[in-house]
Amino acid sequence: MSTFDAVGDLRLQGLTKRFGSFTAVDGLDLTIAQGSFFALLGASGCGKTTTLRMVSGLEAPTAGRIYLGDAEVTDTKPYKRPVNTVFQNYALFPHLDIFENVAFGLRRRGVKDVKKQVEDMLTLVELGHLARRKPAQLSGGQQQRVAVARALINQPQVLLLDEPLGALDLKLRRQMQIELKHIQTEVGLTFVHVTHDQEEAMTMADTIAVMNAGRIEQMGSPEELYENPATTFVANFLGQSNLVAGTVAGRDGDTVTVESHGRRMSLPAARCRAESGAAIIGVRPEKVHLAADGAQIPAGRNVLDGGVVTDASFIGVSTQYLVKMPWGQELAVFEQNSGQEIHRPGSEVSLHWEPGQTFGLDGGQDIDAGAETDEEAAS
Amino acid sequence: MTAATAEAEPATPLTPPAAEHKPKRNVLPYLLLAPGVLWLIVFFLVPIITAVSASVQTGSIDEGFTLTWRWANYSDMFSLYNSEIVHSVIYSVTCTVLCLLLGYPLAYFIAFRGGRWKNLLMALVIAPAFTSFLIRTIAWETILADHGPVTRVLMDLRLTNVMAHMGLLTNDHQLLNSPFSVIFGMVYNFLPFTVLPLYTSLEKIDPRLHEAGADLYCSAYRTWRYVTWPLSLPGVIAGTLLTFIPAVGDYVNAYMLGSPNTMVIGQVIENQALRTELGYPIASAMGVVLTAGTLIIVLGYVKKAGTEDLL
Repeated sequence: MSTFDAVGDLRLQGLTKRFGSFTAVDGLDLTIAQGSFFALLGASGCGKTTTLRMVSGLEAPTAGRIYLGDAEVTDTKPYKRPVNTVFQNYALFPHLDIFENVAFGLRRRGVKDVKKQVEDMLTLVELGHLARRKPAQLSGGQQQRVAVARALINQPQVLLLDEPLGALDLKLRRQMQIELKHIQTEVGLTFVHVTHDQEEAMTMADTIAVMNAGRIEQMGSPEELYENPATTFVANFLGQSNLVAGTVAGRDGDTVTVESHGRRMSLPAARCRAESGAAIIGVRPEKVHLAADGAQIPAGRNVLDGGVVTDASFIGVSTQYLVKMPWGQELAVFEQNSGQEIHRPGSEVSLHWEPGQTFGLDGGQDIDAGAETDEEAAS
Repeated sequence: MTAATAEAEPATPLTPPAAEHKPKRNVLPYLLLAPGVLWLIVFFLVPIITAVSASVQTGSIDEGFTLTWRWANYSDMFSLYNSEIVHSVIYSVTCTVLCLLLGYPLAYFIAFRGGRWKNLLMALVIAPAFTSFLIRTIAWETILADHGPVTRVLMDLRLTNVMAHMGLLTNDHQLLNSPFSVIFGMVYNFLPFTVLPLYTSLEKIDPRLHEAGADLYCSAYRTWRYVTWPLSLPGVIAGTLLTFIPAVGDYVNAYMLGSPNTMVIGQVIENQALRTELGYPIASAMGVVLTAGTLIIVLGYVKKAGTEDLL
C-alpha cells in the first residue's frame, strides 16, 4: 500500500473565494508537503471547508491557483483530479452495498478486476465482514470507515477529510482519530483534514494551520502553535491562555521585561513578538503555580500577586482554579495533583511561573479573540 | 353544605371480582374495519364477479341475459376488436414513455434547481388538474383544429408531411383525428401523474451524493447514470405505473381527439355496453381482459424493475 507515485506538494497560491460581498477565503498561500498530515483548524465559517472544496474542485476559486506538484489543477474538473474527499456526512451511496461503495471509484475509472483491491481496502478499515451490507445498516463509526475506504482505494495524491469525525460521539471520535492517523502512516498519502476541534487537530496532524476569517493566523507543528502562539486568536483557540496586557519596559540581551499592572515580568526575547510599546504577555494555565498569600516564592519567577480564588474544581489529576486579579481579570491555573493543599475559593493567592514559560504578543490585539468562537463551535 | 357532602357518598360495598376472568375479545378493530371491508365487497368484489359472470352470458337487452358459460365471447372479442386492443397498448405505452422523457428532466430540474421556487413550480405542474379533464381535452380540440395556428405552422414547415409519413397523421393537412392527436392529448393529461412521484423520489436524494459522484470520477452524466438514476428508480416505476394504468383504459382522448381509425378498448366497451343490444357480454369480456392484462403487465414490470417494495 505504500507504493504511491511521488508527485509533490499541494500548493495554494493566492487562493480566494468570494460569495457575493462575503470573502470566505482571502488570498491563501499555502504549501502542504507530500505525505504530511495537515490540519486546517478554525471555527465554523472561517473558510476552511471552502478551501477544501476548492482543492477538490467542487467549488471554483474566485482568484488564485492550485498546484499538485508541478501540475496546475485550478480549472480541472473535480472528477479529473487525483484528489478524493471524505465528506462530512460521508455521502455514501445508499443504493449500493459497502463493497460497491468502495469499488465505485475504481469501476468508474474502468478498472476491470476490483475484487482483490476492495477486499484489501475493507480489511485495512476492518470491515471485511460487512461487505454486503447497505450503508444504512452500519453504525456511524463503520460508515465513517467506509467513507475513508471509498476515497483511499483510488490512491489519490491528496486525501481531503471534511470534519469526518464530527458526527461521531466523543469516545468513537478518539478511537477514529487514532485509526485515521494509523492509516495515514501506513499508506503515506497527503491528508488534509478540516476540523474545528483543536484537540483532534493536535492529536492527528503533523502541521496545523489555524484559520480565522478566511486567512491563516499561524501555521506550524502542534507543539510550536501551542507553546508559541503568534496571535491572541491562536493563543485562545488552541487550548487556553492567560493573556495580560502590558508594555515593554526594557530589553537586556536575551530577556525582555514587560510591565503589567504595576508588576514587572521577564520573558525570553525569542518568544516575544512585541519589540516595544504595548505588549500582551501570555502563559498557559498548567505552567502557573499558586502560592498562598505571604508564602515564600522562589526568586527569579514571574509573579502576579493579589489574586483571589473564585473557583476551584478538583478533577483528580489536577485542580483547576479561577483567580480574580485586582484589575478584574480572571486567570486560569491548572495545578497538578502532587498532594499539596487545595486553595479554597476566597483565599488570597499569588500566581508565579518560570519566566521561560512566558510568551509575548503584540499589543493592540483583541485579548479575547478566539476564546468564545471555540465554545460556539464545540456546542 | 359541608354536612351534605359528607353524607353524600355512603361507602358502597365492593363488588367481588368475577369468578372467571374471561379473556375479553377486543371487537373495536373489527368494527373500525367493517365499513371499509363492506365497501370493498359491494363496490369491488361484487362488480368483479358480476363482470366475469356477464362475460360468459348470452342474450339481449330485451330478452335479458342468461349465464350460458359461453367462453367464445372472449375469442369473438379478440377477433373482432384486435386493432382496438393494439391501439390501446401502443398509445398507452407510447404515452408512458413520452411522459417519462418529458417528465424526468422537469422533475429533476424542479427538485435540484428549483430552490425556493420548488413548491410553486410543483403547484404549476398540478394546476391544470383543477380544470376538468374533459374541458382541457376539448380545449386541445380547438388548439389542434384543422385551420388553427398549430396546424398551419406545422404545414408551412412541411412537418405534417413527415408526420403523415411516419403514420402519426391520417393525412397531411389535419392534426386532429389521428394517432398523433390522441397520444398528444394523453401525454398532456397524464404528465402530472408521472412528474409527481418522480419529483418526490428525486427530491429525497441528498445533493451531496452528486458531489461524492463528482469526487469519484463521475462526469455530470455518469453521476446521473450511476447515482441519481438508480436512486430515482422507485419514482420512475411509480410514475410510469400511475400513467400507464389509467392510460391503457383511457378513451376520452381517443374519443375527442381521434377518429374511428384510432378506437381504443375503452370506446369498444362503452359502445358495446351502452349502445348495442347484444353487446353486454362482449363489453364485460373486454373489461375483464383489460383489468387482467393490466395487472399482468404491471406485475411483470415491477418484478423486472426489482422493486417489490412498491407493492
